[in-house]
Amino acid sequence: MLVLAELVKRKLALLGLIIIVIIAGSALLAPWIAPYDPQNQMFDGLTIEGAPMPPSMQFLLGTDLLGRDLLSRLMYGAQTSLIIGVVANGTAVMIGALVGVIAGFFQGWIGTILMRVTDLMMAFPALLLAIVLAALFKPSLWIVAMVIAMVNWVQVARVIYTETRSLSEREFIEAEWAIGASRFRILFKHMLPHLLSTMVVWATLGIATTVLLEATLSYLGVGVQPPTPSWGNIIFENQTYFTSAPWLVFIPGVAIILLALAFNLVGDALRDILDPTQKGRH
Amino acid sequence: MTEQGAVMPEKILEVRDLVTQVATSTGPKTVVDGLSFDLHRGETLCIAGESGSGKSMTSLSIMGLLPQPMAKVAGGKVLLRGDDLLKLPERAMRDIRGNKIAMIFQEPMTSLNPVLTIGRQLGEAISTHDPMPGSKVRSRALAVLKQVRISEPEKRLKQYPHELSGGMRQRVMIAMALACNPDVLIADEPTTALDVTIQAQILGLMRDLQRDTGTAIILITHDMGVVAEMADRVIVMNQGKAVESGSVTDVFEAPADPYTRGLLAAVPRLGAMTGIDGPASTNGNALVRGMARPLVTVRDLTVRFDIRGGLLQRVQKRVHAVENVSFDIFPGETLSIVGESGCGKSTTGRALMNLLPWQGEVVIDGKEIDAQSRLQTKSVRRNVQMIFQDPYASLDPRMTVGELVAEPLVIHGLAHGSELQDRVEYLFNRVGLPVDAAKRHPHEFSGGQRQRVCIARALSLSPKVIIADESVSALDVSVQAQVLELLGELQAESGISYLFISHDMAVVEQISHRVAVMYMGQVVEIGPRRAVFENPQHPYTKKLMSAVPIPDPRKRREHFSLITGEIPSPVHGLDYQPDYADLTQIGAQHFVARSAIKSAA
Repeated sequence: MLVLAELVKRKLALLGLIIIVIIAGSALLAPWIAPYDPQNQMFDGLTIEGAPMPPSMQFLLGTDLLGRDLLSRLMYGAQTSLIIGVVANGTAVMIGALVGVIAGFFQGWIGTILMRVTDLMMAFPALLLAIVLAALFKPSLWIVAMVIAMVNWVQVARVIYTETRSLSEREFIEAEWAIGASRFRILFKHMLPHLLSTMVVWATLGIATTVLLEATLSYLGVGVQPPTPSWGNIIFENQTYFTSAPWLVFIPGVAIILLALAFNLVGDALRDILDPTQKGRH
Repeated sequence: MTEQGAVMPEKILEVRDLVTQVATSTGPKTVVDGLSFDLHRGETLCIAGESGSGKSMTSLSIMGLLPQPMAKVAGGKVLLRGDDLLKLPERAMRDIRGNKIAMIFQEPMTSLNPVLTIGRQLGEAISTHDPMPGSKVRSRALAVLKQVRISEPEKRLKQYPHELSGGMRQRVMIAMALACNPDVLIADEPTTALDVTIQAQILGLMRDLQRDTGTAIILITHDMGVVAEMADRVIVMNQGKAVESGSVTDVFEAPADPYTRGLLAAVPRLGAMTGIDGPASTNGNALVRGMARPLVTVRDLTVRFDIRGGLLQRVQKRVHAVENVSFDIFPGETLSIVGESGCGKSTTGRALMNLLPWQGEVVIDGKEIDAQSRLQTKSVRRNVQMIFQDPYASLDPRMTVGELVAEPLVIHGLAHGSELQDRVEYLFNRVGLPVDAAKRHPHEFSGGQRQRVCIARALSLSPKVIIADESVSALDVSVQAQVLELLGELQAESGISYLFISHDMAVVEQISHRVAVMYMGQVVEIGPRRAVFENPQHPYTKKLMSAVPIPDPRKRREHFSLITGEIPSPVHGLDYQPDYADLTQIGAQHFVARSAIKSAA
């Protein structure tokens, strides 16, 4: 609660928080507040020539190629994108942090094996791996989230590994050994809090890329299956009509950027709030 | 040069009412407040002061190198032969820097570019201000390297900074600074990062060069010994203001300002304890040892580090950090280990704490220590604790100091609940910290206070020995004196033993019962403090003693002939067999190495 109060005090963090609340709120409440059914290909959603309708009073954000209301699709799509962004990326950061910390702290043969596996994963084309994994399992929202997590943890593991290694050389860690602290204590009480800021940064930075990776997968047919909307597949479905119907690409694009920005703002503020050495310095 | 003769030398630099301000969250803070001084040709002016006194800000203001945009010169004049440097545009300032006014910084490693050869960097310093053909640049670079008396100057031109020792790097820095024959040389703590014997060589070099070239030097330092050694005139700064200025003999012999008097009183002086047996804290009484059993026994302690290299990461070379070191520490005694960087003194301390792998035999309070495990039995740990050099780096910045002091007690399960609270409060009181400080984080304290937190932390387990690794080296002298006093009090009260590791001979003289001198990983001389300091036998001990600058301008050394050479590298090939120095007894408990004398002389 104290953290939340601190967050609200910072203007930028508050802005980010508001954006997140709006997006999450519209995703949760979509069945009740969306003006149309996102799947409904409305007869009056297209012009006489069969082109999508630009934003108007009837369709606030216009309609897509099949005459579906874009606002409604964005609201339902927010459900998918948030789950992918938060769950997939959160899982990726968790796996990466765990691998990185263990490899960096224990080093020796455990560290070598873990880091060589990470290198192997890094060398492997992420998209190809995702396609294979997605093709093996029947594509569903959660499978896609897991696939993305499996691909995205490697960078996090690398970064956390290096940081853990340099942390374990620091004098205060040596001082902990000197007073007889156990491995467990050093790892969880003294190293993890220092790694938290890196993890928060990666968790927030990764959201935008994750949402886009989901879009790529959807585009290739192994992501979230149509007609379920997600922000990514809305962009990909409509990208060929970019010149004649720019709102179809522009608006979901802005939505992704806003979401990523909001998480970044909150993440930055969180990092400062959680770091006591920053007290009275901002 | 000390006394101003009848003919006044030419005035080169004139600083008038210099005011420098730094922006903080609570508005501008004045860090240099109305400083004025003159600098004449061939003169050495020392600006002395403790950290935060504004002495470095003064030099940066003169050079126009203040960190932008936080700091700015708010008033005053800096006249170089009559031209106001503060009014010059940046372009014109660039012509002055390095050409008319040159600067040497504290850390010779970080002031040189690691990816360029010495020759390239020297050449750049020369040709920036005085464009000339490449071959002439090279010969000029060689000439200045010879001028700073570096060994094998031709070879150095092709080498990179990491191939040179600290002392050689500082010589290169001086060569770069002198490359364009500047009128003024500003040296900001030029020898602080160097060992005493290297420091003596560099100071001697600067003095000789000044005699040859007539360059005026502004020497910024916190070390009153260096001031006494080098200065013609002194300015003592405190909190941005010059509290005292005058000729070096006046300032040292008749300080007018109370701050200067306090500063000079706090400076440990080598030789101050001559004729006294015990350390200062015991009023000079020697320890009555009687039949006491040693608390710590170290026999044949050896620490070697492997250097791996090549494609298969095989061991190619070894660092022989500590070789066959043996000593005892008795209850209630302070044993000091002195030596220069790389001699293995810190490694010895860390090996006793089991922070690195070692061989040999260590018995602490009757219990033998297992060399293999970092996680040895807690009961042994409880008897030995350590205070590290840098109090900020050795405290977890994310914890409050209360948690940090309580932590050892929690780990060893010695106290909890209100008892823990009481213990922590007691420890805070004991080391002289306010109890309400417990809720704050380490960064909110000053250096001396942080070191008190570290001492409280080490004391919390009521250990029998505390290893203090350069524990006062990073502190200002006045704070250093207070911390040493605290350590002395604790010893008098509880009979705790200290293993005091330090490079500072004057501090060691003040607090030790016995002293061990280490050189190249071995103990070359060990004995009662009085015997070692008043009757040093090993040539290395003698060299170390003569290198320490004495804070008394009348005891200034005219030449540094005794001190030459650098410490050889402890890195050897795999088949290297160390040459062990046997210790011979020459007095009561006074032992000296005989066989290794040749290599040290």
